[in-house]
Parts: sequence; structure tokens; C-alpha cells
Amino acid sequence: MAKYSVVGKRIPRIDALSKVTGTAIYSGDVTLPDMLYGKVCRSPHAHAIIRRLDVTKARSLEGVMAVITASDVPGYKNRSPLLLVEMPHLAQEKVVYAAQPVAVVAATSIEIAEKAVGLIEVEYEELPPVLDVLESMKPETPPIYPDLYTNFIARPPTDKDSKPSNIAYHISVNRGDLEAGFREADLIIENTFRTQPIHHGYLEPFAAVAKADVNGKVTIWTQTQGVFTARQMIAEFLGLPPTQVKLVPVEIGGAFGGKSYLPLAPLCALLAMKTGRPVRMEMSRDEVLRDGRPAPGSVTTIKIGVTKKGYITAASATFIYDAGGFPEMSHTMFVRGNTFSQYKIPNIKIEAFDVLTNTVPVTYYRAPSTPQSHFAIESQMDLISRALGMDPLQFRIQNSTAEGDTTPSGEILPKVGFKETLERMAEYLRQKGSLQGENRGRGVACGFWHGAAGSFGAYVNVNIDGTVTLVIGVTDVSGSRTSIAQIVAEEFGIPMEAVSIVVGDTDTAPWSSPSVGSQTIYSLSHAVYRACQDAKDQLRRLASPRLGVPASEIEFANGQAIFKGDTQKSIPLAALGRSSLGFRGEGPIVGRGSIAGLPPAPSVAVHAVDVEVDKETGKVKVLSYAVAQDVGLAINPMSIEGQIQGAVTQGIGWALMEGYVFDRGKVQNTTFLDYRMPTATDVPMIDTMLVEVGSTTGIYGLRHVGEPPMVGTLAAVANAIHSATGVRLKTLPMTPEAILKGIKKQGKS
Amino acid sequence: MKLKINGREYEIVSGPGTTLLDVLRYELRLTGTKEGCGTGSCGSCTVLVDGKAINSCLVIVGEVEGKEITTIEGLSRQGKLHPLQQAFINEGAVQCGFCTPGILLTAKAFLDSNSHPTESQIRQAIAGNLCRCTGYDKIVRAIMSVADS
Repeated sequence: MAKYSVVGKRIPRIDALSKVTGTAIYSGDVTLPDMLYGKVCRSPHAHAIIRRLDVTKARSLEGVMAVITASDVPGYKNRSPLLLVEMPHLAQEKVVYAAQPVAVVAATSIEIAEKAVGLIEVEYEELPPVLDVLESMKPETPPIYPDLYTNFIARPPTDKDSKPSNIAYHISVNRGDLEAGFREADLIIENTFRTQPIHHGYLEPFAAVAKADVNGKVTIWTQTQGVFTARQMIAEFLGLPPTQVKLVPVEIGGAFGGKSYLPLAPLCALLAMKTGRPVRMEMSRDEVLRDGRPAPGSVTTIKIGVTKKGYITAASATFIYDAGGFPEMSHTMFVRGNTFSQYKIPNIKIEAFDVLTNTVPVTYYRAPSTPQSHFAIESQMDLISRALGMDPLQFRIQNSTAEGDTTPSGEILPKVGFKETLERMAEYLRQKGSLQGENRGRGVACGFWHGAAGSFGAYVNVNIDGTVTLVIGVTDVSGSRTSIAQIVAEEFGIPMEAVSIVVGDTDTAPWSSPSVGSQTIYSLSHAVYRACQDAKDQLRRLASPRLGVPASEIEFANGQAIFKGDTQKSIPLAALGRSSLGFRGEGPIVGRGSIAGLPPAPSVAVHAVDVEVDKETGKVKVLSYAVAQDVGLAINPMSIEGQIQGAVTQGIGWALMEGYVFDRGKVQNTTFLDYRMPTATDVPMIDTMLVEVGSTTGIYGLRHVGEPPMVGTLAAVANAIHSATGVRLKTLPMTPEAILKGIKKQGKS
Repeated sequence: MKLKINGREYEIVSGPGTTLLDVLRYELRLTGTKEGCGTGSCGSCTVLVDGKAINSCLVIVGEVEGKEITTIEGLSRQGKLHPLQQAFINEGAVQCGFCTPGILLTAKAFLDSNSHPTESQIRQAIAGNLCRCTGYDKIVRAIMSVADS
């Protein structure tokens, strides 16, 4: 008999019906009466001083209701815009990237708003843009911000000798004796790897609708991964108390980390306050690619030493992330927890830097910093196993960490299925057999994600018809509503149809952390589980005298409260729901639950990919792809498969084709024709193996799911290309051009 | 000007040079049709015109006067889902849902012209519709399941 009746089942998403019928409401679908349209005026230069900004002509155009600039933003009077993270930063004295907002217009039509943007007069004095991270880091390079110090964002250092720097953050880790570790090694390999900035590629462009009521309260409909964090930042931008701002959840058309950023909502809200009318703003795809913050490019130098028998003795690495124009979204902060954690390495040195350039500022994308770091680590692991003549999976199994090992961040590892997952993949490949055919190759790689955990609240109502309504405050970017509903159904012993989930607005829902870091189902499920237990205790108290049995002896199944000793003694939840309201009841049954401070449950995913390379054109065809991932316990296997398949496809795009083309810092490829993402013809079916090594901290043993499968993809593809061609590519994307160049170079040598 | 959409006639006030997408979304508020790029490269705005899948962001309404237009709102009839819609739900082919209306209509037009396609033909047929969430696996399986039945 299965342990659970609803948990673990392949249940279709509860939001799917509204999406296949086109009735689901996204930000851009919201319309209010008497609505105005907002448009952003953007900088054409990557780095320039604003000498004059005149909006007089734009303001006097008929139909223009408001024009705002940085001087109109209440939040800038109290603090640096750089502390209002994931917000648009209206330029003040200077612009630091092309497409930075300079002014915003609200008008009675989109056409008038666009015309008004054209009437805004800005005189720029262009400055030489800083475009390369290695240049930018040099002490002689002029700092982009005269008051920005390493690790002291917008705060002057206490140490008088500190100089302003383009290095926004710097961390280092030192463990063991690195030199001694390298002396013990029989083989040392060192390489430098580079990755390009990459866009999340969500299909839904940014949009926002806002209105301000007569009491000064502002209501906003916009796609965001966290309504409460959005409320906080927007309130600070507007100079309002947080509860004077209300975020209404809407469906989100893809996010992947990119929609914690709110490029329109605060501007839209300020325009609504200024004009007293509702305002809608939408970004074009061109704007999304120029100002929808991407994942950073990176330069990683990595050195690993091993013994002849294939044991790692030491590793050192320098990770440099291109932050773009703003210092606010540090990637180095993730490096400590997410690099080298899957391998036993006694001696380690890590340096990581976030470095400013005059390019589009970055944000987090599916396992931030980690696909980049693992491209280097897992490519390097492949090169070492080749040099040693070892099977790449066996080499990893032999070096994998175990429960109780200390990670570079100093954390003691809980149980993670490293070996189980690697062995599952090894078994899969044994059964599949070796790859046959010319110009074909197989690559494997491993990806680790530490995961995050947040604060979440939940409450459940047991209704008078025996159904249960769950109210939560976190928007759904990964199928979380469905998985969470499964947990509620499981706990009350009711069918899925008897559970409804309300994602409330910020006035009605319990506080929630944003949906980031693969934390949502992992953390939220604790709050939901506790809310269920709370409500079940109330149901037991009601049922106990009616059944004549002790409350502790009552369990829940088939929509009934049942005496454990005699299933004939039962009472329907509907009857209990009704009686809770009566003379002998305690009032409506409302269960509540909250969680904070949960330790994460790290996860590992192992990838294997077979490719064929056309030696005439350099084009890579992905023949097959498989991922084994330790998911702890699969609440909904179909949903997890979808997460893995989507992550892998994004990774294939990152590895083979995607990337920005810059000209003096300005993004040149601003359509989906020239920012090329994988189509259905670029990927095969993607096999998934869900390994279930239960975590000790997750409800039912579940782990973080959505980000881990992205991490290993880049190196897996690079390793497969090496197997197919003998060419090792250390720079992404591995375009046909780059592969051909490698093949030709190989022919000459 | 009049447009025939989902079997119903609509009197349009937008000029003949307005894109079909803008008329659907902003004038008629048939917001099931999505705008992902506005340049015909993502397929999110796909609708059927006389049974053929087209990007409604690239067509002006003057061109489609008198033609039968089907949007996602018209794919289910009398409250009954089209088999493709049901298959997308059952197979887990829907995640964020933004590309879903466009892919469903592309798939419908394709299966109407080729009822027993191969996997590779299905992949070719939906290559103009980007999806960033699913990796296409479950979408292709959903379309295959309808073709097989």
C-alpha cells in the first residue's frame, strides 16, 4: 500500500484549466476604467553625465497628465536608490547603463505617451564606458560611483584608507593548507572559463496597473515572485508606509528569478498617485531585453589537484561576476554555499567578486551564480577524469561528500543523496549502453544547489460543506498551488477537488517570503502542515464527544473524522464544519501555521547528454538528455519532471546559443529572432529520474527542486562536445562558429 | 468594420491599420491571446484565420475582414474542452500558461492538416512557438496523445 493517497501522485495543475481556456489573468490583462498609459524615457548612452533634463515640452503636450523624474521620487529623499533593490533607478546626475530610465510619462493614450517621451530634452555628456570586468577591477580604472566601496554598498567605510572601487562585493574562503594540498597532488590542472550574460527569457513581458484611492492607498497589479517584498520596496520608493500599498497577485508568465525585479510597478504607482487616475504600463520585448535584468556573465579561473588514484587534494578558484551598472544584486554571496560542496576537498581557497560595468544590471536567475561556477568546476572535473583515464561518474562518486562533511561555507552537510544520484545515473547509462556513431559524444556533469528557506504563513478554513480553503500569500511560479493543495488533501483525507487555494493580496494573506531559491514548496509546506494540524486538532475536539472516543484517537480519511479503533465510528467533515458554528461549537474552524528559520535541504542533480556535432557546420544536435535528481520526496512527479525538463532546456540555450550582443555597452539583439532561445526542434525528450533520499527537514522529506536541474547543464553539454570532437570549449555559448574554430585549430596542431 | 471572431460578429472602431492582436486585446478584451514579442518571433499571439495559424501581431485587421477568426476563447465549444486542451491539462503541458493559447491553436491547425504526425513533425510544427518553462517534452507528448487517439 502506498504511504500517501494524494501526495506523490501525478495530479494536473489546478491552474491549468484557466490557462488552456485563455481565462487566466496576467498583469497586462487588467483593465480599469479611465485608465492612463505610462511610458519610460530611457538613456541612449551606457555611461554619461546628465547636463540638462527638461520635460516642459512633454508636459505641455495635450493628453499628457504627468511626467516624473528622479526629483519626484519621494524615496530618493531618504536613501540611495541603490538600497531600493529590484526597483528601476531613475537617473539623477548620471546614467550608468544604456536604457536606464530617465523620466516617465502618463498620458491618455499609448501614442501620446510615446510622443511625449520624444519631447523630453536630455543633454548628456558621454563618459567612456567600463565594459570589461577585468579592466573594471583594476585600481587605476575610474570608479563608476565615486562613493561606492567594496562590501560597503552606499555606506562609507570606517577605514580611512579605503578607496572607491568597482568591486561591489568580495568574499574569500580559505580552508586547510592549499600549498600543501597541491604538493600532495600528482596532477594539477588549471583553466579559465567564461560565460556570457543571459536573459531569463520568460515569455511574458513586464506589465503593471496601479490606482491610488482618495485615502492615498495605492493598489498594484503586477507580476512578482514576492508580493510582500514588492510591497515593501514600492512603499519605500513612494515614501508610504507598507500597508498603504496593496499588491494584488496575478498569474505570472514565467519568472525564473527575473520577476523579483519590478521595472514598472513603482513608476506606475507614482504616476497613479500624481494623476489620481489608474495607469497601465507595459514593456515591449525590446525593452525587456535592454532593461530586464539578466544573469551575469562570469570569468572563472580554477585549479584542481588530484592524486594518481583520483582523489582531490586541493582546489582554488576565482569567480568574477559582471554585476552591470548597479551593485545591489550580489552573486558572490551564493558562492560560498554552492561551490565545491559536492566533493570532499581538504584544502580550498575561493575568491569571488561582483564587479560593476556600464552594462545592463543583473539579477538572479535559477540558482544564481551556480550554473556559471559549475560550468567551470564540472568542465574541470571532466578534464581531470580524462587525464586520469577514469570514468567521469566513478571519479565523482569516489570524491563525493557525505553527511557530516563540512562545506566551504563551514556548514555541516545534512544527508544529501550524492552517491545515490550518481549511482542511479551510472546504472541508467549502463543500461543504455555506450554511444555509437561518428562525431557523437556523451558528457556528464553534476550540479549542487544549497537552497534557501523563508518565512511563510498559512491559514485553512474548514468549510460547512466539508471542503477546505487554504489562504497563502505567495504567488505561484512553479506549480506550488497544486503541490500545496496535495498536502492539504493528504492531511485532511479529502480529495483534491475538495481543496481550494486562495493566493491572497497583501491586505488579506499571511506574510510570505518571495518564491525564490527553490524555497517555496519546501518552506511553505511547513506552515501549511502546521495550519492543517491546528485545524485538525479543532476538528478532533468537536468530533470527540460526538463519537464518544478520545480526541487523540481520531484520524481523517474519505472526508470523515474516524475513530482509529473502529472505522464505523465516523462523522463527515461537513457535519463538523456546520456544528462548529452552533451552540456546542467553538466557532469557525480556522487553522493557522507559520514557519521561519528552517535549515535548507540541499539537492544534487546529475546530468548525462549525448550529442552529435556536424563537423562541416559546427552545429550541435542534442540526441538525448537525462537527469537524475535527489528530490527528497516527489509531492507531484509530473510537476517535478516539468521543472527538470524546463531547466535543462534553458541550460541548453545558455550552453549553445543564447547571449547578448553589446556595442559599447548597448544591447544590440533585442528581439527573439536574434536573441535565439531553444525551440521544440532544438531539444529531445528529456528523461528524468527522481531519486528520493528524504531530507530530515522537509515535510515528508521533500527538498528544493526547481533550481538544481539548471546547474549541471552547461558543463554536461561542453563535456559531450569534447567527447564528440576532441575540442574543449571554455567559453560560452558554444556556437557552431566557436566549434568550427576549435575543430580547425585542432586540425592544424 | 466588422470582424467574425469565434462565430460571432464584432463591430470594430479601431482603424483598419491596427494589428489584429491590439484589437483582440485592447478593444475586444479577448485577453487570452498574449503578446510576447510583437515581432512575430514567439508565437504567443497565434490565432486561427480560416483555420490557419497566424501571428496576430503581424496582421492588420483590414486583412482579415470577413474571415473566420478563432482565438483561444473559441477553442472550447459549448463548455466542452477541445481534446488538445484536455491533453495539455492531463499531460502537465501547462506551466506558466503564457505560451499555452498560442501553442494550442498552432497544434490544432497542424493536426487538422496532419492527423497522424511523427514526433519530429510535431516539433517542426510548433517551432514558431517559444515555451520557456516546459522544455517542450510534455507539450509534444500531449499533442502526440491527441494525434494517436
